[in-house]
Amino acid sequence: MSERRPRVIVVGGGLGGLWASLKIAEAGFSVQLFSLFEVKRSHSVCAQGGINASLDTKGQRDSIWQHMVDTIKGGSYLANQPPIKSLCEEAPGLIRTFERMGVTFSRTPEGIMDLRLFGGVKNKRTVFAGASTGQQLLYSVDEQVRRLEAKGVVQKQEWWEFLSIVRGGDGTCRGIVAMDLKGLEVKEFRADAVVLASGGLGQIYAPKTTNSTNSTGAAASRVYQQGALFANAEFFQFHPTAMLGDDKTRLMSEAARGEGGRIWVPKTAGDQRRPKEIPEQERFYFLEEWYPAYGNTVARDVASRAIWKAVRDLGLGVGGEDKVYLDLTHLDPEFVDTRLHAILNIYRKFHGSDPITEPMEIFPAAHYAMGGLWVDFEKNPATGGLRCASPRNHATNIPGLYACGECDYGYHGANRLGANSLLSASFSGRAAGEAVVSYLRGLEQGADTVANSIFSSEVKRQQETNRSLLQAEGSENPYHLHRALGELMTTKVGVVRENRELDAAFGELQELEARSGCIGLGESSNWANQTLVYARQVQDMIRLAQVVTRSARERDECRGAHFKPEFELQIPADKFPGDPEFEAYREDWKHRNERWLKTTLAEHQPGGPKISFETVDTSVLPPEEPRDYR
Amino acid sequence: MADQIHFRIRRQDRPDTRPYWQDFGIPDQTGHKVVSALMVIRENPVTLDGERVDPVAWEYNCMEEVCGACSMMINGVPRQACSALVDELTQPIVLEPLDKFPVVRDLMVDRTAIFSSLKKFKAWIEIDGAWDIHQGAPRMSPQTWRESYLYSQCMSCGCCLASCPQYGPHTDFVGPAPLAQVRLMNTHPTGRYNREERLHAIMAEGGLSECGNAQNCVRVCPKGIPLTTAIGELGREVTGQLLRDLFGKS
Repeated sequence: MSERRPRVIVVGGGLGGLWASLKIAEAGFSVQLFSLFEVKRSHSVCAQGGINASLDTKGQRDSIWQHMVDTIKGGSYLANQPPIKSLCEEAPGLIRTFERMGVTFSRTPEGIMDLRLFGGVKNKRTVFAGASTGQQLLYSVDEQVRRLEAKGVVQKQEWWEFLSIVRGGDGTCRGIVAMDLKGLEVKEFRADAVVLASGGLGQIYAPKTTNSTNSTGAAASRVYQQGALFANAEFFQFHPTAMLGDDKTRLMSEAARGEGGRIWVPKTAGDQRRPKEIPEQERFYFLEEWYPAYGNTVARDVASRAIWKAVRDLGLGVGGEDKVYLDLTHLDPEFVDTRLHAILNIYRKFHGSDPITEPMEIFPAAHYAMGGLWVDFEKNPATGGLRCASPRNHATNIPGLYACGECDYGYHGANRLGANSLLSASFSGRAAGEAVVSYLRGLEQGADTVANSIFSSEVKRQQETNRSLLQAEGSENPYHLHRALGELMTTKVGVVRENRELDAAFGELQELEARSGCIGLGESSNWANQTLVYARQVQDMIRLAQVVTRSARERDECRGAHFKPEFELQIPADKFPGDPEFEAYREDWKHRNERWLKTTLAEHQPGGPKISFETVDTSVLPPEEPRDYR
Repeated sequence: MADQIHFRIRRQDRPDTRPYWQDFGIPDQTGHKVVSALMVIRENPVTLDGERVDPVAWEYNCMEEVCGACSMMINGVPRQACSALVDELTQPIVLEPLDKFPVVRDLMVDRTAIFSSLKKFKAWIEIDGAWDIHQGAPRMSPQTWRESYLYSQCMSCGCCLASCPQYGPHTDFVGPAPLAQVRLMNTHPTGRYNREERLHAIMAEGGLSECGNAQNCVRVCPKGIPLTTAIGELGREVTGQLLRDLFGKS
């Protein structure tokens, strides 16, 4: 290693990227932080309801063990368990650190952090800051990173788009090529390690998604196409309660239900009365009826499917349309306003009515990718959790390339519990940062040793892509292609899936890919050309959508958010553990697990994604108990 | 024009070129916001004169008024384009880049100045390190929380600066948003340890005393942050600090 201080590139300035930057810079290494915009605008700000940590301050005897159990079972056992163990164990410490950074967590009368109830759990475990928790958490880490920026340890490259990694002769990642979004200059940046923290990919479902417009998954798609493995792509969460909208389906936090909100539809199909005119006995509170133990705070995949069933199968959607009520009007208005102010305002501003007096109209929408870039972990046999600061933690299969936050696949398995995303984004960013520090300390040769020609040829390749797009006079409009992609994914690779449809979808995606090769930008400006950037993203989104679709096609079962009715294994009605029918079901379920309790791995191949499966580490909680929220 | 939504947009190709105006129409449809209308325009950017032009460049991301990206002047008022409902706006809807900030292209502006001020005022809490010290921060009363939470929602969108007559190229005033963050940090139980330092920073040129109390900032803040209250409180703090500086600590 040369005398030069090692440098790390972090791509993405949301919670994951900022935490990674913070840990790497704290350890004395310099960080170059790339973002498409000022990092404060990252999608983490959209998380509303809170962050989970078992603080047990509500007299409910909540425990870290219960947090693990809920997370593991909530994800249908599909996530490797050592990382979950560490995630839950370290959550309280992480919250205390956030509190010291100045996060304005909501308070109890005694002045301690308050907790609220969230989905898929029975204890209050969610720390929150009004209903803008993601914003508050992101700002606190943003401030800490700014502190280090002022010291010169962190250098921000805002308004730069990541285009590709650069791999040295031995395959190790030694830097990136990125494009200035103003001057469109394509440049190489050497680094001794690269952390990808580029967020989710909900835009492949646009506009029926809660995701920000920059959550395209393009960066993850690019490293996938360069050889990084993509795992569990078929597991995409549809949030049960999103607002309706033509431009975006905005999130209405699960906190609305955690604080007492109720989901219902009129019992009579096509009932044209206003919600307040419908008497109590003529309302169907289907979540409370179907899942009495958890009621409205059942896990998200289950809630979304229940809404789907009520609307599409039973035909009970409000006014015969794709919508149900999320009702807060029975709650104390002052209480609701204190606890949910931010989301009430979003609803008022974008829908025009007041949720305090009028039930909200909502429907499921694409929300969160449980899948993502495959990352490694090292288990500590003594604790059963992660080995702290192991350089293997959060390492992709490409040496020197790490991934954290929503763009990795760890922690959530087949379905993520509410308020576990802010936790995993922060925890994984910190873990990735610590892992990179160990990696750098053991690194024998830095990026300086890599020949210039390797970098310059990658720069040239990217410039060539730009040049051909700028000069192309194809007939395809990138914005139309994106809309076609979103519609296709929403209809055929959505809440309910069918193999015939998935086959058709894959074919259509190949057509879309071919069409995306004949784009006409309609503008040739070489300054802040947003159409060029957009066109490149759309091409990479289509390729990533193929990974999602192919992975979904390969998995012939129902698990968490991946639901294929053809292969559904139903819990026998009114039967519970101990009943022979339930025990027979349990055996069937275990039998299924032998085949399907596996991580899906997608590898980029010229002909399309190649799928294989990998064993899941279930050493903390062996899969004996099927999920059951009744 | 009845079944069209009419936009008049101030265009600028590059930071150093002259601005010019173009008019666009999109099919009328209820529920449009300025951002969704701009999305329609960019798919087929043809002016009302029938001229095919470059799509309008602008910044946007969350589309739910929490990221702060899409600030622009809409009918002369600085606000978020994502939450500006077209049905509530007088036509032609006039879009201009956010006032007071250097234009990058069209409706995109450079807001680096806000973040520089946050750096200057040390708008962060000094911590020993981002690791667990096995205790949290000191407790906070629900009342203190309620007040702090008002300020912690500032998304650095720049609307208050755009509306402020004292802010702009003619002065070095930092504007309301960064000052409100000083208020936030100075009342935090451990953030107050650096209170003096921050007060001295805002006592310098371009700081608190430049505020002309026009009250525009509170009127345009999309988050309803009581910016002038913060500035008033800081004024009293600064007076106290001045006395302490003159007569020593008592």
